[in-house]
Amino acid sequence: MTYFSESHEYVRVEGEFGYIGITDFAQKELGNIVYVDMPEVDDEVTAGDDFGAVESVKAANDLISPISGIVIEVNEALEDHPELINQDANSNWIIKVKLSDPSELENLMDEEAYNASIS
Amino acid sequence: MNEGIKFNSKKNENIEQYENYKYYQLTMNKRTCLYDRHAQLGAFMQPFAGFDMPIQYTSIIEEHNAVRLHCGVFDVSHMGEVFVKGNEAEKFVNHIFTNDITNAPLFQIYYGMMLYPEGGTVDDLLVYKMGNQEFLLVVNAANIDKDVAWIKQNSEGFDVQIDDESENYSQLAIQGPEAEKAVEEALGIPCHELAFYTAKTRTQFGETFIVSRTGYTGEDGFEIYASHKLIVDLWDKLLDSKRVTPCGLGCRDTLRFEVGLPLYGDELSDTITPVMAGLSMFCKFDKPEFIGKDAISKQKEEGPTSRLRGIELEGNAIPRHGYKVLQDGKVVGEVTTGYKLISVDKSCAVALVDSSLKLGDKVEIQIRKKTFPGTIVKKKFYDKHYKK
Repeated sequence: MTYFSESHEYVRVEGEFGYIGITDFAQKELGNIVYVDMPEVDDEVTAGDDFGAVESVKAANDLISPISGIVIEVNEALEDHPELINQDANSNWIIKVKLSDPSELENLMDEEAYNASIS
Repeated sequence: MNEGIKFNSKKNENIEQYENYKYYQLTMNKRTCLYDRHAQLGAFMQPFAGFDMPIQYTSIIEEHNAVRLHCGVFDVSHMGEVFVKGNEAEKFVNHIFTNDITNAPLFQIYYGMMLYPEGGTVDDLLVYKMGNQEFLLVVNAANIDKDVAWIKQNSEGFDVQIDDESENYSQLAIQGPEAEKAVEEALGIPCHELAFYTAKTRTQFGETFIVSRTGYTGEDGFEIYASHKLIVDLWDKLLDSKRVTPCGLGCRDTLRFEVGLPLYGDELSDTITPVMAGLSMFCKFDKPEFIGKDAISKQKEEGPTSRLRGIELEGNAIPRHGYKVLQDGKVVGEVTTGYKLISVDKSCAVALVDSSLKLGDKVEIQIRKKTFPGTIVKKKFYDKHYKK
């Protein structure tokens, strides 16, 4: 199940892990993505805090984590090919996190609510 | 002798055609005559200098590459056009302008600055010699009101007439290796013979307008100044020909940055002088006087305490305006403009740094929570392709 934040990040939950990325809506708004500033494996992320940035040609945009946890994996393909997010934001997640508090998911939107919020 | 372009008779007709233009001036941002065209193309619009301007139509990278490889067209109608005419026009322009326009050949164009007495920059601009005692000053959109006030204020005591014609002119910039072909074949305006940094007037389409071989991209190109009606017509002809790509302000900035051109507000300002910006070659110190000459002569002699330098980063992290530059853990400057370049595969910055820093020095740029290593290099990251 995928949950969405107001700042246009998603977290796709699979068991105790969540794959976090930005939504298709966000990548369209940003235009060409030219750099992704990612945390490192074992870094902690906290719901509501920034964990990196996604950079368009003109500006850096903070990435806000929808949930708290530990970074298990970083999408290294984005280092040399940040434009993958423009091509497919849903498949090209940014970090994989082990959730420390699944109850935080209750604070997020489901897909229907998110789609309604951006229409 | 050319007596200059007279558009006053067309003023009301133009504004009537764009009745919304007046409304928007009263309640919202100004709009250029091409606003509807941008909207039809689905351009992403943002306010800039009090105008709703197109930032991009498809993508900044695509538009940037279109200019470098083929031809792009920019709506730059927001820019300002100020005419200086009169018996002392040359004397007056030499007084407020850093470059030397003494005995300028007709239609020659000069780049330079207007300075405050303390040496800071009022604006950077182009001066076109349009007649024996007639000059067209093309100024940045964001500075039109300030510049016109400055010019008028300093014209007291000179036998000159100052006319702000910014609202009567619209402007296109057609830029790229195929620009000449596009202008000649799509518009039927011959321009092969037009030398770099010169202009001509052309009577065609029932109007007399100005064409110059100038631009802000580092590529060959032309700028056309005409009535709102004609500029819309020329835009339509260019796009219909399929020889040009519409380009927005987004790539206008990436293009100029790659070739080391300054942007007022970032690389020049009331606190950044041409000497600090490395642009003192546009300040003619053997002119008897100009406003600010004493201050910047002194600064040039003593050496400025800080100056603009290029920085090439080792990795892909992107430096942005305001990010700090460090050397041995100490802040030595600040980024004025930074980008991941599009025509070259590297991230670069221009920064205002301590003058002690030399080409080849290693520095670091603070980007959010980390610092990234780079080297001081020249400000031109990509070679210009002017037709000289």
